[in-house]
Amino acid sequence: MFYRETGQFKTNYVADRAIFPIRQDRWAIFTLAVFAFLIVPLVANDYWIGAILIPFLVFALAALGLNILTGYAGQLSLGAAAFMGVGAYASYNALIRIPGLPLLGAFIIGGIVAAVVGMFFGLPSLRIKGFYLAVTTLAAQFISEWVFTHWGWLYNYDSSGSISTPDMVILGFGIDTSVRRYYLVLVIVAVLALAAKNMMRNKIGRDFMAVRDMDVAAEVIGIPMLKTKMLAFAISSFYLGVAGALFAFAYLRNVEAVSFDLNRSLAILFMIIIGGVGSILGSFIGAAFIVLLPIFMNLAGHAVFGDLVTQETLGVTELMVFGGLIIFFLIVEPHGIARLWQITKEKLRMWPFPH
Amino acid sequence: MSEINTSGDKRQFGEAILKVENISLSFGGVQAISDVGFEVRKNEILAIIGPNGAGKSSMLNVINGVYHPQVGQVTFQGETRHQMKTHHTAEMGIARTFQNIALFPGMTVIDNIMTGRNLKMKANFLEQAFYLGRSKREEIENREKVEEIIDFLRIQPIRKTPVGRLPYGMQKRVELGRALAAEPILMLLDEPMSGMNVEEKEDMCRFILDVNEDLGITIVLIEHDMGVVMDISDRIVVLNYGEKIASGTPKEVAGNQKVIEAYLGVTK
Amino acid sequence: MTFFFEVLIAGLLTGVMYSLVALGLVLIFKASGILNMSQGAMALFAALTFVSLLEMGLNYWLALVIILVMMVAHAFIVERVVLRPLVNQPLITLFMVTIGWAYFLEGFAQFLWGTVAHNLELGIPDDAFFVMDVMISQFDIVAAVVAAVLVTVLAVFFNKTRVGLALRAVADDHQGAMSVGIPLRHVWVAVWIVAGIVAIVAGLMWGARIGISFALITLILKAFPVIILGGFTSITGAVVGGLIIGASEKVAEVYLGPFVGGGIENFFPYLLALIFLLILPNGLFGDVHIDRV
Repeated sequence: MFYRETGQFKTNYVADRAIFPIRQDRWAIFTLAVFAFLIVPLVANDYWIGAILIPFLVFALAALGLNILTGYAGQLSLGAAAFMGVGAYASYNALIRIPGLPLLGAFIIGGIVAAVVGMFFGLPSLRIKGFYLAVTTLAAQFISEWVFTHWGWLYNYDSSGSISTPDMVILGFGIDTSVRRYYLVLVIVAVLALAAKNMMRNKIGRDFMAVRDMDVAAEVIGIPMLKTKMLAFAISSFYLGVAGALFAFAYLRNVEAVSFDLNRSLAILFMIIIGGVGSILGSFIGAAFIVLLPIFMNLAGHAVFGDLVTQETLGVTELMVFGGLIIFFLIVEPHGIARLWQITKEKLRMWPFPH
Repeated sequence: MSEINTSGDKRQFGEAILKVENISLSFGGVQAISDVGFEVRKNEILAIIGPNGAGKSSMLNVINGVYHPQVGQVTFQGETRHQMKTHHTAEMGIARTFQNIALFPGMTVIDNIMTGRNLKMKANFLEQAFYLGRSKREEIENREKVEEIIDFLRIQPIRKTPVGRLPYGMQKRVELGRALAAEPILMLLDEPMSGMNVEEKEDMCRFILDVNEDLGITIVLIEHDMGVVMDISDRIVVLNYGEKIASGTPKEVAGNQKVIEAYLGVTK
Repeated sequence: MTFFFEVLIAGLLTGVMYSLVALGLVLIFKASGILNMSQGAMALFAALTFVSLLEMGLNYWLALVIILVMMVAHAFIVERVVLRPLVNQPLITLFMVTIGWAYFLEGFAQFLWGTVAHNLELGIPDDAFFVMDVMISQFDIVAAVVAAVLVTVLAVFFNKTRVGLALRAVADDHQGAMSVGIPLRHVWVAVWIVAGIVAIVAGLMWGARIGISFALITLILKAFPVIILGGFTSITGAVVGGLIIGASEKVAEVYLGPFVGGGIENFFPYLLALIFLLILPNGLFGDVHIDRV
């Protein structure tokens, strides 16, 4: 291993239960935080921040939301983007219709509305499991798509159906440069990620995983099925809703239904498959992968094939590469890159011994 | 199998805390249980035996509320129900292990046993999200209780191993731990010793007896190993093809002609 | 009143076409427990190849033979590359793998033949004819007949032949089937070949009706509500479900649509399926599953 993990004994349960029990891991996270909060804004240019880092963070949050529902609680959902959309439209409407509502308040409202809608569409999960549930989440997806394009009130009766988001202001402070947007997104995502980590390693996380692994046994122990599943849908949809609001306000600066279509839902699903189901870290890894891959392919394609590469061929190869990657990961490591990383660490601990 | 002294005559048994009456259960065309009734007294160890398919696991499932019988009722500590609701039985103080192990393979041993403490933890999800106050306190308190169980069952070395990776015998022990964690009044154990070798069975017997004697937990046990059954149970109920064909003390049952024909074969 | 019947019949006949796609899904699910998300992509692939071969000058029959061979090869490739490494994995994993395969096939088909939409002439007359004042499309009738034939052949295949029995055993329990000597691999290849043929028929019929384009893939999204209604494992269910979905979707669009701004065809089948699931979790004709604890 890069550093020796042994020799750090914990003398009480509080210490044993810390998120990063190993001292060197704490240093690593601290360095990462310094990097993210201090160094990146100074060094990165607008393109990197606006086109890569911000979407990465937003999608990481969305992947986190879906992971809570599908990875931890085992309820397969193909409609993640629908809840993002609910959050986006709800936040937008809250902000423009409630005078004096602070920006963060609008985001929270967006999340809560998404949570309620999520619970509604989650009700079938009490009687339905597996594929059937996946198909009912498609119902949520298609119904939402229709609502986003047909309920005029949502998009302020704008004839184009796509509305630009109002300027963001917090306590009189305008969030109008990409660096400020980056900070806004970074802080929100960091807080919510921490909350998610805490929840998943405490009682709720265990309840969710119990329902995922063996729901009959879970009920026998006394875990209430209705409450637990509803909570899973609610929390997951809240995260997705906030991610949707951030997507619209901080990234696209537009709320349009087409950003929240089935392809988006599947993309988020791909993120957690590739990154790691049931893993907070995995959500981030998966988001990074999916955000960076097209850019990487674009660069690599042009580098190797030059002008032969058109938008069309890129689009088509992207489809093949995504499809291929999904198949590859599901065969080689269905638990995603996060698990591969864990296995690598274990091997490194033993290195150079094989076991 | 070494002698395990239970001296059944000297033990005190209380009132009947569990009564099942006239239970009949069928699935489609298959009659799993026909008109079965029996009682379980406080502090005793009752064994349910019978050939495979006799309806033993189904009986436990009825007590637990996993299966709903068409006829009959279950009375636990004075509360009578026609059909038990699973999580209600947990709240009432009934804990259970399963024949095919129903642990949560994705979680560690500690976490699995912690799920048994579920009903004792009251902090809501927001408190848990920020790991403050009540949530942190509850996690630590319950972790201490769980560690006591881990010590009792001598499974310290595997505390942080994901349960899915453990050998079968260890998983059975962890499942016992999870049932214990709920601090139940009654434990239903479905073949807790299947697939174990002699040493493991002796350990398991010792655990079950300790649980019964030291913690005062009443036990209903399904088991195929006759040596174990004869040694540790206070009373036995025999099922065959879904019907009760005998009940009584081990001596009585061993001498019962019907039981011998159906199950035990030739006595020594 | 005539108008209502026209809408109804048009809907029913569209429903039959949905059944064509749903049949492929039911087959694969029946035989392997996998919900094949790539069925639509397979239909597109078959149809796109067919039409491109025609445009290159080949005659109908040769092109047909070629795509048949192609779908056989497809079955072998899927079994080797996608299914075999995942034997005995949870079915959810296999389901997600088919999503990946759908993306891959979609990209590959368009990589080979381009992304432009094509028209397909199959020589099926599309004139309308009248039955008691009700206008019916000839094309739709032909499609219905084709579907009926296909369904009958498949039903017989599954229920009366030894291969069909083997397929049903495999669907129940992979390991169990292997342990009685059923060659899992051969069975899977056989099923995917049949599903491939169904995909060809569905792809060509739909292609003739709405043109061959990317939109063919979205057909599979219509097939899901069909199998939910009909039951994932029932061939009859695929037909009945298709009829119900087709009819209700059309009727809802025409009669309810105007009140809410139209466009409800996309989600109405799903809403219907959702409600159905709550009442009949296994669909009209599906198998009921009992979990043993």
